[in-house]
Amino acid sequence: MSNQAPLLELKNIKKDFFGNQVLEDINLTLREGEVLGLVGENGAGKSTLMKILFGMNEIRETGGYGGDILLCGEKVSFATPFEALEHGIGMVHQEFSLIPGFTATENILLNREPQKKSVLSEVFGERLNTLDRHEMDERAENAIEKMGVHIDGNMVISDMPVGHKQFTEIARELSKEQLRLLILDEPTAVLTEQEAEALLDSIRGMSARGIAVIFITHRLQEILNVCDKVVVMRDGCIVKDVPAKETSIPEITRWMVGRSVNTTQEDARPIPETKTILSIERLWVDMPGETVRDVNLEVREGEILGIGGLAGQGKLGIPNGIMGLYDAGGKVTFEGKEIPLNSPRKCLDANLAFVSEDRRGVGLLLDESLEWNISFPAMQIQGKYLKPLLGGLVHWRDEAAIREVTQQYIDELQIKCTSSRQRAKELSGGNQQKVCLAKAFALTPKFLFVSEPTRGIDVGAKALVLKALKKFNRENGVTIVMISSELEELRQICDRIAIVSGGRIAGIRPATDSSEDFGALMVSQVV
Amino acid sequence: MSEMNKTGAPVAGKVREALREFGLPRLIIAAFLLLMFIIAPFTGANFWSQITNVFNRFSWNAVLVLAMVPMVHSGCGLNFGLPVGIIAGLLGATLSIEWGFTGPVSFFMAILIATPFAIAFGLAYGWLLNKIKGGEMMIATYVGFSVVSFFCMMWLVLPYTKGDMAWGFEGTGLRTTFPIDKYYGGVLSNFLRIQIGKLVIPTGALLFFALLAFLIWAFLHTKTGTAMTAVGSNPVFARAAGINVDRIRMLSVVMSTWLAAVGILVYEQGFGFVQLYNAPFNMALPAVSAILIGGATANKASITNVVIGTILFQGIVTMTPTVMNGLINLDISEVLRMVVSNGMILYALTRKTEATR
Repeated sequence: MSNQAPLLELKNIKKDFFGNQVLEDINLTLREGEVLGLVGENGAGKSTLMKILFGMNEIRETGGYGGDILLCGEKVSFATPFEALEHGIGMVHQEFSLIPGFTATENILLNREPQKKSVLSEVFGERLNTLDRHEMDERAENAIEKMGVHIDGNMVISDMPVGHKQFTEIARELSKEQLRLLILDEPTAVLTEQEAEALLDSIRGMSARGIAVIFITHRLQEILNVCDKVVVMRDGCIVKDVPAKETSIPEITRWMVGRSVNTTQEDARPIPETKTILSIERLWVDMPGETVRDVNLEVREGEILGIGGLAGQGKLGIPNGIMGLYDAGGKVTFEGKEIPLNSPRKCLDANLAFVSEDRRGVGLLLDESLEWNISFPAMQIQGKYLKPLLGGLVHWRDEAAIREVTQQYIDELQIKCTSSRQRAKELSGGNQQKVCLAKAFALTPKFLFVSEPTRGIDVGAKALVLKALKKFNRENGVTIVMISSELEELRQICDRIAIVSGGRIAGIRPATDSSEDFGALMVSQVV
Repeated sequence: MSEMNKTGAPVAGKVREALREFGLPRLIIAAFLLLMFIIAPFTGANFWSQITNVFNRFSWNAVLVLAMVPMVHSGCGLNFGLPVGIIAGLLGATLSIEWGFTGPVSFFMAILIATPFAIAFGLAYGWLLNKIKGGEMMIATYVGFSVVSFFCMMWLVLPYTKGDMAWGFEGTGLRTTFPIDKYYGGVLSNFLRIQIGKLVIPTGALLFFALLAFLIWAFLHTKTGTAMTAVGSNPVFARAAGINVDRIRMLSVVMSTWLAAVGILVYEQGFGFVQLYNAPFNMALPAVSAILIGGATANKASITNVVIGTILFQGIVTMTPTVMNGLINLDISEVLRMVVSNGMILYALTRKTEATR
């Protein structure tokens, strides 16, 4: 069969945005049923490449691309995503495109529903056909079955946990008969480990059916588990294209960042036996999807405490509740003084700071400059970067001081930007996260909550963020509570790790304990 | 070769960027206005008196346009409820006259008397807007309508007795329009007035606007002003940073309402008449469209937007009828005003996605 043309062939693909070269000489081949893992740091050009392949409008609007795309040996060029769909290319995006009020079945078959004729439609044309509900259920069921998971086809999307939404998206692509190539853009980013495992299984299933898959993810272990070959991109070029069997995570990481990233905690220290700085008693938080039921926790001064657990078990609710962003009750004592809940201002006044997991929603002023983003809380809470005018009557913004502090953090955290006046929304995810950290650092807090600091950012940025947190803890003696769904990451920088399960603390262990021990705690009280 | 490309591309890019920044609609409107100025002399209109007209209209309206800025900054959207503040201003104007103040004093007394009304109305209006976050602009429109209608009754019922304002045949109830040359007509416009041939510059009114604009500009550079912009940009961010979002929004509404009150007084001193009853209806849309032509969006507005927008909008409104009259002997100024202002609002609201939430 070697004379048969490969399913997909990319030849010398080039792309520039207004003179800024983002892709150079991309060559790639993909055979039927092959699973290709595409990895690279944020901004390496993965998304742009996929957009070209999928015929997205913005590629054409910015001047098209160079090179050829061959599908089964035939040269193609898609003007719209619809043409790509007709040629059997499906894509699942990072952001969901589902209708919340429709059921899974309705979403899966949207606009491709099997139809029944009726008297009305005989008269007025096929737009008045009725839906063949029975046939729809069957087809949706088939598509879901192909993935090897169980989803209730009659469940409304808005009631679904995030993992099921992801599966629904994939099922929609699978339900298309002509599907030959499926692109999955970070499908596991929002999934728990079990769900991700199920997804990987379904990828294997698709591959066995002869569907080729391009799988983009930051979780390298998944690539090794499921892919036939790994393609590593860096700065718009393919730097490596190897069979997955012949490589390892450290190797891939090295190719991605062009330098080696150390993933073990080389400077583990004995757990600080200091006095309690923050004690939480009988905390409940009403955060949708992350309900905290009854949390009792003592944080020691100067430590880095990790809070882990499965998605939806309430780990995110803890910082959000204490910092006053969601309704909460219970007793929180900081340095011997009780902190009133449901008031962000009181917490910030007590010198606590919070880096939210919701970067774009809570963490940033997307339309404003980095200067504003970084200096704003410190200015409002502590009166920094202000000049008193008219004998203190007016607090005038001190632009010079603001620029200075922003520049300081840009250098310190290696934030990639054109200037300190660039708008926050123009930065990549990793750099936005660094801005969020800088914002909290500028408050010079005694105590810092960091929630999912590495979600959705690439390996290089991740290492930098963790390093910055550790440095902040070690050099300034700041107590840090870090919430993350990635256990390995917690084990890299924390002294102790508390596991939340069912809205309660299931246990606290030293970070040096084995992953299996933590795993057992995670599922101990799941509700 | 590559050197040339490197220098050539950024320049072209910058020009494109500048054009995009300025916006196509503003470009078209500015070009149209320029065309009007060029044609005007051929239709027999005096060029300098046309310029004077534009200056005058600018000085009357600029403060009302400025009244949009605080609410836009705090994320309350465009102040379609401008009549709320205008009513406060009218109360100040009528009470100041009723209580016997005359000349320049009556103007400043009107502002003084209007202030408590503006604050009270602003607080109530702000309280309401805080209840319906996300639908501010529509609710504001109807608040404006209701307040104007309510005061249509009040102007009749309130016990005003001053003969200059009351209906002549009965002595009670206010007239729809009355002149104020005995009171504060022209107090600002005639202050330091410059006259060169047919060109007249209402220096005082321009200075007064400059003063208010400076105060707003300065306010936006203070701690509270910064908080206001942040609240408009991302209210959740502001709340997480310890800002009392509702209070900041309330403050912005009170500021906008007070500016509207002062704005209508400035308008009246230039126009020479006080207009009551349904007149406030017609003030909100031109102000909204002026600031939109100036390049503001529902979330961002600057003093520059106010100045450019008022000049362009009022320029068109004053120039077009003159030119049209001269050319075809047909007055379509009102029609044109409606088309421009409503079209501009429509355009700006469809463009709302530009702000990232």
